[in-house]
Amino acid sequence: MPEIKNYTMNFGPQHPAAHGVLRLVLELDGEVIQRADPHIGLLHRATEKLAEHKTFLQSVPYMDRLDYVSMLCNEHAYVQAIEKLAGIEVPLRAQYIRTMFDEITRILNHLMWLGAHGLDIGAMTVFLYTFREREDLMDAYEAVSGARMHAAYYRPGGVYRDLPETMPQYEASKIHNAAAVKKMNENRQGSLLDFLEDFTRRFPTYVDEYETLLTDNRIWKQRTVGIGIVTPERALALGMTGPMLRGSGIEWDLRKKQPYAAYDKMDFDIPVGVNGDSYDRYLVRVEEMRQSNRIIKQCITWLRANPGPVMTTNHKYAPPARESMKQNMEELIHHFKLFTEGMHVPEGEAYAAVEHPKGEFGIYLVSDGGNKPYRLKIRAPGFAHLAALDEMARGHMIADVVTIIGTQDIVFGEIDR
Amino acid sequence: MTTDKKSLREALESLLTDQLLSVQERLGEVTIVISASDMLPVLTMLRDAEDMRFSQMTDLCGMDYSAYADGAWEGRRFAAVYQLLSIVHNRRLRVRIFAEEDDFPVLASVTPIWPGANWFEREAFDLFGIIFTGHPDLRRILTDYGFVGNPFRKDFPLSGHVEMRYDPEQQRVVYQPVTVEPREVTPRIIREQTYASN
Repeated sequence: MPEIKNYTMNFGPQHPAAHGVLRLVLELDGEVIQRADPHIGLLHRATEKLAEHKTFLQSVPYMDRLDYVSMLCNEHAYVQAIEKLAGIEVPLRAQYIRTMFDEITRILNHLMWLGAHGLDIGAMTVFLYTFREREDLMDAYEAVSGARMHAAYYRPGGVYRDLPETMPQYEASKIHNAAAVKKMNENRQGSLLDFLEDFTRRFPTYVDEYETLLTDNRIWKQRTVGIGIVTPERALALGMTGPMLRGSGIEWDLRKKQPYAAYDKMDFDIPVGVNGDSYDRYLVRVEEMRQSNRIIKQCITWLRANPGPVMTTNHKYAPPARESMKQNMEELIHHFKLFTEGMHVPEGEAYAAVEHPKGEFGIYLVSDGGNKPYRLKIRAPGFAHLAALDEMARGHMIADVVTIIGTQDIVFGEIDR
Repeated sequence: MTTDKKSLREALESLLTDQLLSVQERLGEVTIVISASDMLPVLTMLRDAEDMRFSQMTDLCGMDYSAYADGAWEGRRFAAVYQLLSIVHNRRLRVRIFAEEDDFPVLASVTPIWPGANWFEREAFDLFGIIFTGHPDLRRILTDYGFVGNPFRKDFPLSGHVEMRYDPEQQRVVYQPVTVEPREVTPRIIREQTYASN
C-alpha cells in the first residue's frame, strides 16, 4: 500500500471566497485541515508610514480606505486620538452625529458581511436583499459628505458640516420614467433626518426578511452550527474583540464599557452568544443591526430637537467659517496656517479605541509636537482574528474554511493596512 | 474612572517595586517602562496578579525613536509598546520596553503569555527588524516575498529602494531601483511650545 502523505493546497489570492487578497496555504489530510497558513500583505500600502509624511488632516481620507466597508468608524478612532492628545472639546451635536453615523456604518458593514457570508456558503438571495438596503445608507453618506463610501466626514474637532436639509433626488432617465422616479423620490422630500427616520421604520422588517431566509434554514445551520468554535478563554487570549468575542459569550462592548461620543446617553443592549460557533456570531451580528437601528432612532430624535455647532471653535485645529475667513484677518491667518502647515498636536502619546463593527479598532498616536504624526499605529481587529484562523480551522473540512473566513468578517484593507 | 486609575498606578508601584523603570499617567492613560531583561516575569505578573488581570494584549507596536523631535531623543532607539486590556477591571495599561542594543534589537516573545501576540510580533519584526526570541515562527508578514530592509525604520525612504515593472523582453516582472524623486509637499515642522499662543 502506498504511503499517504499530507497534501498542500493553495487557496487564493484570487478567489471569490477569500474576501479580497488572502492567500491561504492549507495542509490537508484528505479533506481535513491540518494547518492553515494565511499569507497576508498583498494589499499592504504602508498607511502608517504614509501618515508619518502627511499632516494630521491629510491622513483622514486614508482612514476610510483601511476597512473599506466601515469607513466612518475608522475615521472616528483617528480623530479621537488627535482630540485626546490635543484636548479638543467636540460639540455635543457633532458627538451625536458621529454616534448616528457610526451606527449607520455598523449596519452597512453587517449588511455587507451578511450578504457576502451568505453568498460564500450557498445562500444567494440574501446578498441581493442586503445590497438593496445598503443603497439607502450609502445615499445618507453621500448626502452628508458627497461621497458614497470614502466620506472623510469626521474631522478633528467635530464633523465637516451639519446634516443637510434636503436629500438629492433621482432624475428621470431611459430606464426610469417620470412616474417611477416620483415614487422613488417619495421618501426623499424632507431632510436627511426624515429620510433616515423612514429607513429606521422600514429596517426591522428587512432584518426579519433576512432571518426568515437564514435563521431556521436547515442548510444554513448545517453549514454554521458547530463550525469554528472559540471558547471564551481562547477568544481573550487570541486578542479577539467585537462580535467574535461576544459570540463566545463575553459581554464586552466598548460602547458600554468605555463609552465615547454620545453612547453613554443611548439605550441599547449587547447581544452575546452561547456556543461561540459561526451560527452564534451570525445571531449576534443580526441582533446588533437591530440595536444599531434603535440607536439611530434615538440620535434622530435628539438631533431634531437640538441644533447647534458641529465643529469646535478652536481654530488651531479646525478651520474658521469661510465667511469670517474672508472678513477677518485673524481668521485668514488661521485658515492659511492650517492648510499649509497643518495643525500642531502637542507632544505625547494616546491610544483611542472605538467599537468598530468588526471589533476594537484602535489608533495609537505618538506625536513629538510636529505638524505630522511621529508614529501612527493602527490596531485592526481583523488582524488578530485572521491570526486565529489556523487554530479555528484545524480539524475542519476545506468547505468550512470558507465559513470561518466569512464568520471572521475579514476585510483586507484593515489587515494589510 | 479616576479613582480606578489612581489605584492602578498604586497597585503597579506596590506589585512591581524594583522592576518598574518609570510610571507615567497622562490623559487618563497609564504608561510604564520596564526593562527587557525581566520582561517575561513582569508581563506574566501583569496578566495573573489579582488586581491586574490584563488578560488581553490588544496591540503591539514597534517603535523607532531615532528621529524623535528632530533627533533630540536620548536613549535606546527601538522599543515595543504593548497595549494591555483588563476585562475584569475595565482598564488599560501601556507597557514600553526598549531593546538593549540599537544595532541588533532583541526582545523576548510574549506569545507564551498572550498567544494573540504572534502576528503582532511578526509585524514588528518585518517592519522594524526587532527580533523576538522564543517566537514560534518569526517570518515576514506584510512585505513582499523576498523583501529586503525594514520599511518602517526612520532611515528607510518613503519611496522604498526598488520598484517593480513588467519587462516585455524577458516577459516577466522585474525589480529595478526606484525612479521616483523623493518629494515633500509640506515639510515637517516642530514649533517651540510658546509659538503663536495667545
